[in-house]
Amino acid sequence: MNVKTHDLSTDPATKAVNPVHPRPAIELDAASVVFGSDAKAVMALSPTSLKLDDGDFVALVGPSGCGKSTILRLVSSLIKPSAGLVLVGGKDAAAKQLRIGMAFQNPTMLPWLTIEQNVMMPLKIVSPFKATYHKDKKGAFRDRVHALLSQVGLQDFANHYPWQLSGGMLQRSNLCRALIHEPDLLLLDEPFGALDQFTREELWQTLQDLYLDRKPTVLLVTHDLREAGYLANRICVMSARPGRIISDEPVNIPQPRDIGMIYSAEFVEMTQGLRELIAQVRS
Amino acid sequence: MTETARIKLMSFSLIAGFFLTWEVLCILLNVSDLVLPRPSEIVVTLWVKFPILWPHILQTLYSTLIGFSLGVCIGVTLGVLVGTSKVAYAVAYPLLVGFSSIPKVAVVPIFVLWFGSGTTPAILTAMVICVFPIVVNIATGLATTEPDLEDVLKTLGASKREILWNVGLPRTMPYFFASLKVAITLSFVGAVLSETVASNRGIGNVMMTASSNFQVSLVFAGLIILAVLGVVLYTFFSMLERRVTGWATRDTDIAIT
Repeated sequence: MNVKTHDLSTDPATKAVNPVHPRPAIELDAASVVFGSDAKAVMALSPTSLKLDDGDFVALVGPSGCGKSTILRLVSSLIKPSAGLVLVGGKDAAAKQLRIGMAFQNPTMLPWLTIEQNVMMPLKIVSPFKATYHKDKKGAFRDRVHALLSQVGLQDFANHYPWQLSGGMLQRSNLCRALIHEPDLLLLDEPFGALDQFTREELWQTLQDLYLDRKPTVLLVTHDLREAGYLANRICVMSARPGRIISDEPVNIPQPRDIGMIYSAEFVEMTQGLRELIAQVRS
Repeated sequence: MTETARIKLMSFSLIAGFFLTWEVLCILLNVSDLVLPRPSEIVVTLWVKFPILWPHILQTLYSTLIGFSLGVCIGVTLGVLVGTSKVAYAVAYPLLVGFSSIPKVAVVPIFVLWFGSGTTPAILTAMVICVFPIVVNIATGLATTEPDLEDVLKTLGASKREILWNVGLPRTMPYFFASLKVAITLSFVGAVLSETVASNRGIGNVMMTASSNFQVSLVFAGLIILAVLGVVLYTFFSMLERRVTGWATRDTDIAIT
């Protein structure tokens, strides 16, 4: 986004000014990852091609260790592909063309900062916010962090340290940190893993609202097929290690979706189909 | 009585008991004050000679603190350089260990040779003696920073400097403070050592002179002063440590509950 001044609201007017990215938000072209070398080399990801358009919400599902997280790490340029191309916003992933928000599988809150300071961290690092960070950290940015924290029910824990929070609370803070800087590209690595069913469903709805509000491109890695079906508008299924994408189907249910929908016959049929597909590739 | 109050009382009793036993044994065994003066004699000497001792105390404090500050600056810089790169860590470590194994007494004559006797060698000795624990601790803290924590900033496109500033250095603070507490006491040792060899000012020099004049209780008065100064500075850094690195010990004082 080429916003000159930081917009603290999600004003539709500012959204309209932003140029639509002419190229796909994410493009993997036969990207593969090999860890180690020679005899000890382990292939983590078979050559994989995947394209996400601007505003897509894609869920990656598949058996454990199939390389789902590896794809996220490629897109966020934490690792480089051993072969093939990874383009983000039309340029090499390392160029960081898009503003990225990432929620890791482990919440990885920095232990010396309070939850508020942790969630505010992206505003300290990412342009255009970093320019006014020192001016706004006690004012506008703080309000913004608090608003987001209350959206996930953590308003009373802003000044607590990470070790004072439960696993589920940490995962919610983690989600806030991924969202606070209004990313163009949201990378979520099983962000709701440690939550109970009710909190999880609540956060699905929160995430859906946030997604529909700003329409970032989202790549969600998950084990939960209902989560994938409820949130995504495309589901990609990966095979067992070394992974590759074996199915890429749209979810043709209009958004916003009602949480009760996940018990409808149509939805159950879809998740059943996915389940069988994964059961096949696991063995 | 709370647990902390009881521990403080016990700590105080231990110190009082130590000096009391010393006093009583000296009287019972009829020890000459030329060999081991009684604590009460030392206290009297301290009281009487304090106006003369005061400038020397300031001199030793001055050399120690200047040397320590320089040592911290150099130690942190070297530690960051060595700790941020895995290659530098592996390459420089043998040299660092080599340097740190040199007995620092041995370098005093070299400093005297270069800079003459007086304040300069005392400052430099205090400095070199405290550099290495700091370097090693900073480097270890940085080198062992969890990659997961750095990844958080890397995905945001943070520069190496931003990662160092926001993750590496805060993560290293507990290591840094552990080394500071060692370093400040070592600095004292360094400064006093140099003063005993090559200076006409400072507590080290006072003790040397007193010993050659058989003013044994003054020698012990010097020791007491050094011990008190050491405890004061150590306590200062301990308190600073608690404030800065409370997160590492999950200190309930910094937490809101």
